[in-house]
Amino acid sequence: MSLGIEHYLILSAVLFSIGLYGALAKRNAVAILMCIEIMLNAVNIAMVAFSRYLVPDVVMLTGHVFAIFIMTVAAAEAAVGLAIIIAIYRSRQSVDVEEMDLMKW
Amino acid sequence: MTTEIAFWILALVMVGAALGVVLLRDIFRAALLLVLCFFTVAGIYITLNADFLAAVQVLIYVGAIGILLMFAIMLTRNVQRGNPFNRLNGPALLLAFLIMIIIISVVAATDWPSITAVPQQAVGVAVDEPTTGHIAEALFSKDNGFVLPFEIASVLLLAALIGAVVLVRRKDKE
Repeated sequence: MSLGIEHYLILSAVLFSIGLYGALAKRNAVAILMCIEIMLNAVNIAMVAFSRYLVPDVVMLTGHVFAIFIMTVAAAEAAVGLAIIIAIYRSRQSVDVEEMDLMKW
Repeated sequence: MTTEIAFWILALVMVGAALGVVLLRDIFRAALLLVLCFFTVAGIYITLNADFLAAVQVLIYVGAIGILLMFAIMLTRNVQRGNPFNRLNGPALLLAFLIMIIIISVVAATDWPSITAVPQQAVGVAVDEPTTGHIAEALFSKDNGFVLPFEIASVLLLAALIGAVVLVRRKDKE
């Protein structure tokens, strides 16, 4: 059976679900950020798969452009997210999300 | 045929590595498996004729984000804690599983349409041709390019750079 868009979309769905499970179920804030990166990669796979298989034998590049923008935002998000985690670690000596309850009332 | 073999190997390694990221107790090993997962995503891009994106994936994700995550882990590591699950483990597993089942059933039930010609607005390249130059065309063309989002992305990166520096600067020396 030759490869089609379904293969890539199902792979993307599996990867997204693994990332979602990790992002919801982990206690370490860095692990949550890693799982969010997995989810963003899954979305990128779906984008590139659509741009490859929408027209047969032609690669449409709009999906690639979107993937590049997602990568840009993911890099910015990782830098700011890790800076926030390090700032929280400095003040509270912990990166456990269940202990981050400063804004809870 | 070789593309199919490559796809299946890459897909299996990718899903295994992603499961390792979620399930492993040692967060440093989880980060190394995440880097492996990023590498296999680059391989998947190559099977999709996206050569430029594969190179960008290796440069940005494996090179920059992987190293950044390892720095963050080493700066914040709690050796005795490890990488445990929180008390939402059961519901989260159920929710993720449900979403996966829904997406897969929708993908399987859809009869994917095939357009025969490239639409007016889009830039298309024949399969087996390099995409790098044409991505520049799609990004920067005057009529239907993405010049404004590109400029906004540069402002976003600058803001993220300044924000990260401000957030981790030591404030007790003032």
